[in-house]
Amino acid sequence: MTVAIIDYGSGNLRSAAKAFERAVRDHGLAEDVAVTPDAERVATAEHIVLPGVGAFADCRRGLLALDGMMAALDEAVRLRGRPFLGICVGMQLMATRGLEHGEHPGFDWIAGDVREIPAAPGRPVPHMGWNDLRVASGDHPVLRGIEDGDHAYFVHSYALVCEQPADVLATVDYGRPLAAVVGHGNIIGTQFHPEKSQAIGLKFLANFLSWRP
Amino acid sequence: MLKARVIPCLDVKDGRVVKGINFVNLRDAGDPVEQARVYDAQGADELCFLDINASHENRGVMLDVVRRTAEQCFMPLTVGGGVRTVDDVRALLLAGADKVSINTAAVQNPDFVREAARKFGSQCIVVAIDARRGTWPSNQTYFEVFTHGGRKATGIDAVDWARRMVEAGAGELLLTSMDRDGTRQGFDIEFTRTIADTVPIPVIASGGVGSLDHLVDGIRDGHATAVLAASIFHYGEFSIAQAKAHLRSAGIAVRD
Repeated sequence: MTVAIIDYGSGNLRSAAKAFERAVRDHGLAEDVAVTPDAERVATAEHIVLPGVGAFADCRRGLLALDGMMAALDEAVRLRGRPFLGICVGMQLMATRGLEHGEHPGFDWIAGDVREIPAAPGRPVPHMGWNDLRVASGDHPVLRGIEDGDHAYFVHSYALVCEQPADVLATVDYGRPLAAVVGHGNIIGTQFHPEKSQAIGLKFLANFLSWRP
Repeated sequence: MLKARVIPCLDVKDGRVVKGINFVNLRDAGDPVEQARVYDAQGADELCFLDINASHENRGVMLDVVRRTAEQCFMPLTVGGGVRTVDDVRALLLAGADKVSINTAAVQNPDFVREAARKFGSQCIVVAIDARRGTWPSNQTYFEVFTHGGRKATGIDAVDWARRMVEAGAGELLLTSMDRDGTRQGFDIEFTRTIADTVPIPVIASGGVGSLDHLVDGIRDGHATAVLAASIFHYGEFSIAQAKAHLRSAGIAVRD
């Protein structure tokens, strides 16, 4: 069993890989953690993770530059229903469109747009730091043991605005509710960084690895 | 709601902590990774490493510290000191830093901040502003940017500079009053608030913390979204948990 973390030149994959390794160890799971740019390895992995930091268009460009990766993702995630986790910009890429520095198409796996968070006095942007989750869908297996009021670490200036309320599994309040966890079928995404969210983050990652949608 | 952050800062020299605490059960109080683990366990919201004698030769030592920390602490880590090139930023991020703090190099070449933010995203670019007070002949106070660890005056107004850095793509500002740094008299609240009220991005207050009340002042009166301190935590005077309890008792929302 392998969890493939897609390496497309976006930032800090080491932290994500180390957090998965720790989650595997702490929760007695049997899964190899592979950081890879190889479409073939992604296609055959049991779990697929798309991290991402930086700008929407840059991340998208980096991903498209990997030979055969989009086709591999489409087949593994859309056709064969492999569990997929997008983190931060990796989650935003699942949207219909990203509206950061222009308009850019996303995967359109989750209907919605990625929009700028408006700054206000006392509410600077990026939304940076620890915010408490409001869990909308308590029975989702990946959110098992994660409750209202648990804190996760966020750093983002754009947020995914979902068209379908049912796709929003958890929110945080930052002047308005922002999508913190979105999901649909075998795909799930977090705006927060589970790899930086201490015990709650590791629990989330372990839940994801145990998920058999 | 978003919580105020408490950020312990470790000064690191040649891969060793300067002014390390002697917590019980620490195998090696001079090892930044061990100290980071203590802060992690105490509930620190982020960690900050400042490489105080960063040079080309000892860069690898710091990268190793960052790597080992990121393997064990699953929390946000900012690294500053001697960050001068896009390659420096990349190396730190790949080692496991989440944010890098840029100070002198930003003043020497403001386009560096722009380039780094464009390449890696604003979320990981912290611009550190060290400033001292000055007084115009009209008796109005101004704040002047200093570089090289507070030794070199630049003639740049800190408020103008903060605006320029936001425009260049900084995602956060780390403000240090060089008048207060090391004095234990508290943050320069006017400096902190003036900048925090000017920019639309998060601001970290730093420099001068001597008591837990000072942390409250930085958030409540300085309008910072995070407070950074070194010595009150280093010397084991206060734990992170005590700092947070104190903030909470003053009505400031913090993470448990």
